Amino acid sequence: MLCNICGKNPATVHLTEIVDNQMNELHLCEECAREKSSQMEQQFGLSDLLVGLTQTEKSSEDKEFANLKCAGCGLTYKDFKKIGRLGCGECYTTFKKYLGPLLKRIHGSTIHHGKTPFLTVKVTKNKVDVQELRQQLQKAVESEAYEEAARIRDQIKEIEQKQSPEPGGNEEK
Amino acid sequence: MKINDLLHQTSEWLKGTGPNSDIVISSRIRLARNLQKFPFPHWANKKQNRDILDAVAQAVPAIEGLKNATLFKLSELDNIDRQFLIERHLMSYEHAQKTDFKGLIIDDEEVISIMINEEDHIRAQVMQSGFNLFEAWGILNKVDESMARELPFAFLSDWGYLTACPTNAGTGMRGSVMLHLPALIMTRQINQVLAAIAKLSFTTRGLYGEGTQAVGNFFQISNQISLGPSEKEIIENINGLIRQIIEQELQTREILMTKSKIMLEDKIYRSFGILKSAYTISSQETTELLSLVRLGVDLGMIRDITRRTVNELFILTQPAHLQKLENKKISSQERDFKRAEIIRQQLTVK
Repeated sequence: MLCNICGKNPATVHLTEIVDNQMNELHLCEECAREKSSQMEQQFGLSDLLVGLTQTEKSSEDKEFANLKCAGCGLTYKDFKKIGRLGCGECYTTFKKYLGPLLKRIHGSTIHHGKTPFLTVKVTKNKVDVQELRQQLQKAVESEAYEEAARIRDQIKEIEQKQSPEPGGNEEK
Repeated sequence: MKINDLLHQTSEWLKGTGPNSDIVISSRIRLARNLQKFPFPHWANKKQNRDILDAVAQAVPAIEGLKNATLFKLSELDNIDRQFLIERHLMSYEHAQKTDFKGLIIDDEEVISIMINEEDHIRAQVMQSGFNLFEAWGILNKVDESMARELPFAFLSDWGYLTACPTNAGTGMRGSVMLHLPALIMTRQINQVLAAIAKLSFTTRGLYGEGTQAVGNFFQISNQISLGPSEKEIIENINGLIRQIIEQELQTREILMTKSKIMLEDKIYRSFGILKSAYTISSQETTELLSLVRLGVDLGMIRDITRRTVNELFILTQPAHLQKLENKKISSQERDFKRAEIIRQQLTVK
């Protein structure tokens, strides 16, 4: 089979392209495929996707924010929007206000429920649980689901009792 | 361990064992981790990248499961070696580009591998044969805990582990399952399955990860969301989806066996015949035909070779593996000859 684009070289790369819900199969030689993939990357690079997601912020605030620089690594928000990658861990704190909504759009959540680095396992896990439960409690009360609310309230109490400092408690270890 | 030692062993994930190994080739979990106080690799300067590599290298002896592990510096490997490691799924394609201060740690069973200075400081993965994400997680979790004792990780209590790209923040976890779905493809049901997967926030990729086309009826399915659900919930979500896909593939195989048995046998035995008799064969054709032979083994039509032999052939016939076997760089045409020769040898009943 010859390449669909140049019609000269044998097709070695096989692509499926979906445009407007239409699926096209493309059979390309290595050279044309490389060109095609760089075109596709330009159109749909991950950094563009992220940039697209960040672009819903208000523009006046955005201008001010664009020049904000991370003290940890010198990356500006503008840099982040351009390259789609943050510069260091501290960037997350520096750009917190804008990253919160972005994380929400990507993951549908802004509260980590997974594991934590070894030394802080206990404390943080409970803190996160209570935070989340309080939110659930509020929602339950708002929607007048009182039975559910009572259940959540008891759960919070239980966690908080467990957390209250005991003599020789191991929270600081 | 030297890279060449790997050539003569079967990677853990290719053994063809584990739950549902008639459909699930392998299960893989990876974690993204970064060190506090260092910029992420793309934003760090050379000295910082070197310090990151050194810090992780120093921690290796204390990391669980890495007693018999080797650290390779990517800049010290040649192109064929790097391609060879990609083909064995021990590292990403991206890791083989711009190799300064990049490292790769592999344990001698090829279960655990850790990329240093890829997109994040640390990308640790565990691969298992069959449908086995929880087992992979059990191993990787221990690796992670022992790493955390040695290396201070960038972490915020509300956003979890911090990563260069916000799409990986939170757990930093990606679970992937590699599936072989020939029946769903033959009956053209696969597009419905893929559309459903996309709606559920999972991604589908080909055999070689990001940006690759599904060849030979293989698909990798993984979670997209890493912040919010716990590691256990992420795995349970993937497992739920994979179980449904397995069920559909099994049902479809059964329907094909009852309604079009002769057509199916014809396809499978022809493929087997070509592979056993070809003197030159491309990589693409090999993958497609091996996929059908694997189906034949799974359905009990082909009994004189094992699933493991077929799995091994998928990897041994890749370009860098062929060149490693020949111990030199060979042209594409020579590779096609060599590939056919190896397949003939392996498929001939001893």
